[in-house]
Amino acid sequence: MFRLFGYFFEIIRGSVITARHFIVNLFFHTLNLFGIKTKRKGAFTIQYPEQKSEIAERHRSLHRLMKRENGKPRCVACMLCQTVCPSECIYIEAAEDPDPEIQKYPSTFLIDISRCCFCGFCVEACPEDAIRMDTGEVELAQYNKDDLMLDLDFLLS
Amino acid sequence: MIEALIKFLCAIVWFLLLSLYLTWAERKESAVMQDRVGANRANFFGFRILGLFQPLADAIKMMTKEDFTPAFSKRFLHNLAPFLSFFFVAVTISTIPFGSHLMIGGKEFRLQVIDLNVGILFVLALLALSIYGVILSGWVSNNRWTLLGGLRGSAQLISYEVALGLSLIGIIMVFPSLKFSEIVGFQSELLFGWLPKWGVFLQPLGLIIFLMAAMAESERVPFDLPEGESEIVGFFTEYGGLKYGLYMFTDFMKVLIIACLLTTLFFGGYHVPWLYADGFHFPWGGDWLLPHGIVVLFQVIMFNLKVFFFCWLQILIRWTYPRFRYDQLMDFGWKFLIPLSLFNIAATAVLMSL
Repeated sequence: MFRLFGYFFEIIRGSVITARHFIVNLFFHTLNLFGIKTKRKGAFTIQYPEQKSEIAERHRSLHRLMKRENGKPRCVACMLCQTVCPSECIYIEAAEDPDPEIQKYPSTFLIDISRCCFCGFCVEACPEDAIRMDTGEVELAQYNKDDLMLDLDFLLS
Repeated sequence: MIEALIKFLCAIVWFLLLSLYLTWAERKESAVMQDRVGANRANFFGFRILGLFQPLADAIKMMTKEDFTPAFSKRFLHNLAPFLSFFFVAVTISTIPFGSHLMIGGKEFRLQVIDLNVGILFVLALLALSIYGVILSGWVSNNRWTLLGGLRGSAQLISYEVALGLSLIGIIMVFPSLKFSEIVGFQSELLFGWLPKWGVFLQPLGLIIFLMAAMAESERVPFDLPEGESEIVGFFTEYGGLKYGLYMFTDFMKVLIIACLLTTLFFGGYHVPWLYADGFHFPWGGDWLLPHGIVVLFQVIMFNLKVFFFCWLQILIRWTYPRFRYDQLMDFGWKFLIPLSLFNIAATAVLMSL
C-alpha cells in the first residue's frame, strides 16, 4: 500500500515535468507567433522545405571536378578513384592529351550517384585534387534513375 | 418537442465539433510537450492557421478510403459495431447542463437537453454499453488479435467500472441527488462562507479514483489494453476508412464526455465562484451586478473553460505515461481502486454523520 502511494507520488511528479515543458514551450511559441524574437525557440524542429539546416564544412555532398586555368579538367585519368571506390560507381575512359606534361585526360567521367555511398575515398585518393565533394548539394533525388548518372560536363559545371 | 430538438442539435454539434478539434489539440499538445511543432501543414488556399484544417483533411482522407469487410465476417454486424460505440457515447451529452436558465421573452429555457432523474446512472450505463461495440468488433472481425482486443476490453470494463460507480457514491451522498442540474445547484452554495462548495473540496479522494477509472473508461494510453498497438494492434485491426475513423472519434468523444462529467460532478459545472443569478457577490464584500444574459454567458464560458482544462489534463496524462500491463490494470482496479473507493464511502458516511 505504501509502495503504491510512493508510485502515485512519482506519477504526479512525471506529469508535472511534462506540464512544465508544455507551458514553457507554449510561452515561447506564443511570443514567436506575435513576432517577438526570443533566443530560445519553442521547438527544435526545422521546417524542412522552407528552412534548411546548415551543412557542416566537411560534409561530403555531391561531387564536382576541378578545372585547370584553361578550363580543362584537372583530372589526368589515373583511375585511382575508380579503383578505390568501394561501390564501383565511377567509370573513366582516358584519352591522350597533346600536352606532354599532362599526357592523359578523361574523355568520359561517369558517376552513378545512385550507387555512391559518399565515403569520400575518391577525394582522398586523387593525387591531382581533381575531385571534391564540397558542393553542399544534398537534395539529389530524381524521378528518373537515368538522371542519377552524372557525366563529365555536369561534374565540371 | 421542437425545443428539445433544437437543444439536442446545439449540444451534439458542440460535442462533435469539439471532439473533432480534440484530435488537433492532441497532436499540438503532444508536440509542444515534446519540443516539437506538430501538425501544421494542412492548408486551405495557402492559409495554414496553426494547422487548424488538419481534422478536416483527416476526415476527407478517412471518407475516401476503402470500406473493407474481411472474409467470413458478418457484414451487418461488422458495420454495426463502430456505430454502436459511437451512438452510446454521443447520446450521453444530452444530460450535461451547459448553464442554468436562459430567459427569452419571459419563457425559461434550461441549457440542458434533458434533465433526467437518473442522470448519473444514465451516463454510466451508456458509457458501459459502448464497450459492446469493442467486443462486437473484436468478435466479428474473424481475427485472433481483434478477438483478444475485444476480450481485453471486456476484462478492463469489469475491473474499472465497479470503481467508477463506487467513486461516485460519495458524490451522491454529499449532494443527495442523481440529477445533474441539482448536483450543480448544490455546488453553487458556499463552504465556510467563502469557498465554493465544489465536489473536489468535499470528495478529493473520490475525484482521484474517478479520474483514474475514467481514464480507463476512455481506453487511451495508460489503459489502452483493447488497442495495445505494440502487441495486438487492437480490436479495430480489420476496420478501415470511416469505420476506423468512428472508433478514433469515439475515443475523443469519451475524453470530452469525461471532461464534462469531471466538471459537472467535481468542479461545480457551469458555476462561476460567487456568481449568482443577479451578478457577483464577493465574500469580502462588494457586489457586481450583471444583466441576466451576461450571467448566462459567463456560465457557459466557464463550463467550456473547465471542460477544456480537463481535456488538456487527459491529453497530458495520455502523452506522459507508459502503458499498464494487462494484469497490472486488473490488480490496480480490483485491489487498489475498489478498496479505496469503499474506504471513501465509509469515510464520507462517518464525516457526514458527525
